[in-house]
Amino acid sequence: MMKLVHFELNGQIVEVNQGLSIMDAARQHGVKIPSLCHHPDQRVKANCRVCVVEVEGQRNLVSSCSTPVTEGMKVRTNSPRIRETVQTILELIFANHPQECLTCVRNGNCELRHLAADYGIREVKGEMTCANAPLDISTPSLVRNPNKCIKCGRCAEVCHHVQQTGILYSHYRSVDVSVEPEYGKSLAEVACVLCGQCASVCPVGAIHERDDIKKVWAALDDPEKHVVVQVAPAVRVSIAEEFGSAPGTIATGKLVAALRKLGFDRVFDTDFSADVTIMEEGHELLHRIKTGGVLPMITSCSPGWIKYIEHNFPDQLPHLSTAKSPQQMFGALAKTYYAKRAGIQAENMYVVSIMPCTAKKFECQRPEMKDSGFQDVDAVLTTRELGRILKQAGVDFSVLSEEEFDAPMGISTGAAAIFGATGGVMEAALRTVYEVVTGKELPNIEFTPVRGMEGIKEAEIDLSGTKVKVAAAHGLGNAKQVMELIKAGQADYTFVEIMACPGGCIGGGGQPYGTTNAVRKQRIEKCNGWAKDVRNFLHYVFNYSKL
Amino acid sequence: MLTALHHNNDSVFRLSLFQEFPTLMHYQSFGGYEALKQALTGNPVNIIETLAAAGLRGRGGAAFPTGLKMQMVRNNAEPVRYVICNADEGEPGTFKDRFIMSHIPFQLLEGMTLAAYAVGARKGYIYIRHEYPEVQDTMRRSIAAASAAGLLGKNILGQEFSFEVEIFSGAGSYLCGEETALLSSMEGKKGRPRLKPPYPTQYGLWGKPTLINNVETLANISMIISRGASWYRSLGTSDSPGTKLISLSGDVARRGLYEVPFGTTFREMIEEYGGGMKEGGSIKAVNIGGASGVVVPPWELDCTLEYQSCQERGITIGSGAVFVMNESRSILANVHNRVEFFLHESCGKCTPCREGLRQAGRIIHRLIAGEAELSEVDNLERYTRAMQNAAFCGLGQAAGNSLISSLRYFRQEYEEACLDSTQRFERREVTA
Ligand SMILES: Cc1cc2nc3c(=O)[nH]c(=O)nc-3n(C[C@H](O)[C@H](O)[C@H](O)COP(=O)(O)O)c2cc1C
Ligand code: SF4
Ligand code: SF4
Ligand code: SF4
Ligand code: SF4
Ligand code: FES
Repeated sequence: MMKLVHFELNGQIVEVNQGLSIMDAARQHGVKIPSLCHHPDQRVKANCRVCVVEVEGQRNLVSSCSTPVTEGMKVRTNSPRIRETVQTILELIFANHPQECLTCVRNGNCELRHLAADYGIREVKGEMTCANAPLDISTPSLVRNPNKCIKCGRCAEVCHHVQQTGILYSHYRSVDVSVEPEYGKSLAEVACVLCGQCASVCPVGAIHERDDIKKVWAALDDPEKHVVVQVAPAVRVSIAEEFGSAPGTIATGKLVAALRKLGFDRVFDTDFSADVTIMEEGHELLHRIKTGGVLPMITSCSPGWIKYIEHNFPDQLPHLSTAKSPQQMFGALAKTYYAKRAGIQAENMYVVSIMPCTAKKFECQRPEMKDSGFQDVDAVLTTRELGRILKQAGVDFSVLSEEEFDAPMGISTGAAAIFGATGGVMEAALRTVYEVVTGKELPNIEFTPVRGMEGIKEAEIDLSGTKVKVAAAHGLGNAKQVMELIKAGQADYTFVEIMACPGGCIGGGGQPYGTTNAVRKQRIEKCNGWAKDVRNFLHYVFNYSKL
Repeated sequence: MLTALHHNNDSVFRLSLFQEFPTLMHYQSFGGYEALKQALTGNPVNIIETLAAAGLRGRGGAAFPTGLKMQMVRNNAEPVRYVICNADEGEPGTFKDRFIMSHIPFQLLEGMTLAAYAVGARKGYIYIRHEYPEVQDTMRRSIAAASAAGLLGKNILGQEFSFEVEIFSGAGSYLCGEETALLSSMEGKKGRPRLKPPYPTQYGLWGKPTLINNVETLANISMIISRGASWYRSLGTSDSPGTKLISLSGDVARRGLYEVPFGTTFREMIEEYGGGMKEGGSIKAVNIGGASGVVVPPWELDCTLEYQSCQERGITIGSGAVFVMNESRSILANVHNRVEFFLHESCGKCTPCREGLRQAGRIIHRLIAGEAELSEVDNLERYTRAMQNAAFCGLGQAAGNSLISSLRYFRQEYEEACLDSTQRFERREVTA
C-alpha cells in the first residue's frame, strides 16, 4: 500500500501519497502551480523556475516540480514574494522572446502565452534581447524557430530518452545556451527521423510542423483539380480534442462531414489501403516463412521508423516488409485505380492525407513514392493542422452530424482500425496469416511485456503446430533495443511491429498538443473498444483477400 | 605576492617555516601524521564525534557542519564511498587553497585520509583547477611521498585501512566548484549543477555516497584530532570555533593571506592584519566573500567574523576573500565587473540566472554610459531578487549578492548615474 504523508498547503493540512512532488500534490488539492519545463512523462529538469513556492525553513524559494513533499512540510504557493518572483521570471523570458503571438503558430495553445495571461503580464520592462536567427526550414516536416525557444529542454528530453535519437540537445553556456542539433547543423543534415515528438512536447512555437494548409487551400480553390482526402485511423480518436472534447473521443462521422464542408471532392479512408497493407504484409510474411526468407520481418508503415533504420541500422534493411505504408498505398491507388475508374487524369488529381504524423510529410516526398508517375500523395496535414484549417473555414465541429466515407476508397473491413495503436498492424496482419494457414479465426493474442524492456511486448501464436513468436515495440528507444537483438542474431521473432512514436500513431508527433502518456492510454482504449467489433469483421478480411 | 601566513602557537596549520618545496619529513617534524597514527587504532566514529564537538564547519562557502556531513556518508548502506577534496578555488581574489596545497600539502593529505577513515572510503580525489598546474605537481609529488612512506595506499601505517588519492584536473569553469557540477565534470559530463536532493552524501560520484569538502576544511582536521575539540573551541568564538583563512586584497597596505581567529572584526583585519589603508587612503567600501559576496560600507566593519553575526547583517563569509576599496573606486564599476564575471560563468540552464544576469548586465552598462533611467534601478533590484529567490544553484542565487548589497548601501551612486543621463539629455536639447 502507498504510504501517505501530511503537509500544510497554504495553511491547510492535506494528505497525499508519499513521493509526490509539491506540484503534483498541490494539483490534487486544487492548486495549480505554473510550469514550463515540467512535463508529466519526463524526468525533472527544474530549469524554468516559474514553479517556485515557499517552504518553511528554506531560505530561498524551491521549485515545486522537483521537490518531493515530506511529512509535516509547510508549503505556501501564493505570497507577494512568490508572485513577484514568478512575474519577474516571466518578464525575463519575454524580454528574450519575439512577442509575435498574433502571428504565431501557437497562438491559442501556447503554454507561455497562457502563463502571461494568467499572471497578468501587461508590460515587459527589460531590454529586448531577442536574437533574429534564421529558421530551420530544411525538412519537409518540421520548422525550428530558435528565437522562440525558451530553453526548457523538453524536446531534448524526448529526443534523448524516449526516441533515443539524440538529435537535439543543449549547447553552449550562459546567454548563448541553445537547444539544437550538433555543430549548429540543420535537421536535414543530421539523423533526425522527423517523428515530431519534439514538436509535440514543445510548450511554445519553437519547433512545430511545417504548415501545409496554404498548399491544400490552393488545391481546393483550383477548379481544375479533383481533390481527394484520406484520413488515417489515429486521427478519428484525436481530432475532437482540437475542438475541446475529451481525449479519446471518437469522431469519425463528424470528421467526414467536416472534410466535405472544406470542399474535398471525395472523402476517403486510409483504412481502405490499410487493408491492402495487411494483405500484403500477411502474404509476404507467409511467403518468407515458407521460402526461408529474411526473418523476422518488420513492419514498414511508420516513416519515422523507416528513416531511423536507414540512418542507424542500414545493414538490417532486408528485414523490412516490402509493403508500402497505407498512406502511400492509398496515394498510388488513388492516382491509378481510382483515377481510372472515375475517368480523371492522374495529373488533375490532388491527394491530401490527414495524418497524426509529421514524418508522413517527409514520406510523401520520397523520390520512390511516384507509382502514378506523379507524386502519389501531394500534401499531408497533421491532426493539428486539420484543426486549424477547419477553424479557418469556420466549421463548427460540435454541431456537425455524422456522415459516411465515400465509395470506393472509403470502404474498409474495419480491420485496420486498430492500426493506430501499438501492436495493431501486427495483429491485423497476423489474423490474415492465421486464417490462410488454419482456416480459422485467430483467438485473442495474449501479449506479455518483454522482461526488462518496457515498451516491448511479445506473444506466441500456434500456426497449425508451428509456434511463431512475434513482438511489437513503440517509441524508437524501444525499437533500438529490439534492433540490437536482431542485429546480434539473438531475437527468435518471426514478425516484429515497430512504430516510431510512443503508443503508436495515436501518440504521433502531429497529434493535438497535450499528447501525454495518459492521453495516449485514453486513445488506445478507444481503439481497443473498436477492435472488438473489428474482430467480428475479420472473417471478411480473409474472403475479401481472395476476391 | 604571498610570502607567509600569519600564525602563532594557536594556528590550525602546521607551518612554522616557509618552504619552497615542502617535505614529508618537515611536516612530520612538526607533529604531522601523529593524528592519523592515533586515529587509525580507534573507532572511525571517534573522528566524526570530535569534529562535531569541535564545531568545524565547511570552509568552501556553505558552512555546513563537517561532522554531520561525514555522518551522513558513513550511515549510507552503500559500501563504496568516495572523498573528494574541492580545490577548484574559482572565487576571484581567493588564494587560500593554493597556499595550503603549495606549502602544507601533507596536512591536506592527512586530513583527507582521516576523513576517508571516518566515512569508510577507500578512494579519494583532489579536484584541482587546471589553472594551478604547479599546485597539481606539488600535490602529485606529495601523494607519491606519502604513499612511499606507507601513509597512503594499502594498509596505511600497517593497519587494515587502505586509501588512495588521485588528482583530477578541473574543467576550468567557476561553476565546476559547485559540488554537483564538480561531480558531473568528473564523470565526463557537462559541468552543470544537478538537482539536490539527492545530495552528494547520498548519491555522489558515480552514484555513490561522497564526502565533498573544501581544502581548508580538510586541512583543519588533523590538528583538531591531535589537539582535541576543546583546544579548537578555545580559538574563535562559541558560535564559530577555530580560525579562518582570509585572502586580503585591494587598497590595504599589506595584502596577503591571514589566518584569523573567528570573532575578529573586519576592521581589525584591515587595520591590524592588513596594516591599514595603502597610502593613507580611506575606506569607501569592502567586498566580503569574493565575487559572490557583498559590498559593505565602512560602518559595517565592526561586525565580527562569525557565522551568526555575519548572517544577521547579510554578510557572506564565503571563501574568505576581503577586498578593500578606497575613495577613488567606483562601486558601479566594481559591481559591473562582478556581473560580467557571473554572466560569463553562468551555465545558462535556468531562467533567472541566465536572463536576470543578462538584463542586469545591460542595465549596469547603461548606467555607466549614463543612459539609464531611474526606474531601471528598481528593475535591477527586482531581477536580482528573482535570481536570489529562484535560481537553480548557488551561482545564480549568490550572483546578486553584490548587487543587492550595493543597492542597499550605495543606491545614491546608482541614482546619480541616472541623474547624469537626464542632465546630459537636457544639455543635448539646449545645444541642439
Ligand atoms: C558557484 C559555486 C562555486 C563554488 N566553488 C567552490 C570552490 O571553488 N571551492 C569549494 O571548496 N567550494 C565551492 N563551492 C561550494 C561547494 O558547492 C561545496 O559546498 C563545498 O565544496 C563543500 O565543502 P565544505 O563543506 O568543506 O565547505 C561553490 C559553490 C557554488 C554555488
Ligand atoms: S510561442 Fe507563445 S508567447 Fe511566443 S510568440 Fe508564439 S504564442 Fe506568443
Ligand atoms: S523529430 Fe524526432 S528525431 Fe528529430 S529532433 Fe524531433 S524528436 Fe528528435
Ligand atoms: S524548442 Fe521548445 S521544447 Fe525545445 S527547449 Fe526550446 S522551447 Fe523547450
Ligand atoms: S543558477 Fe542556473 S544558470 Fe546559473 S549557474 Fe546555476 S543552474 Fe546555471
Ligand atoms: S516547472 Fe519547475 S522549474 Fe520548470
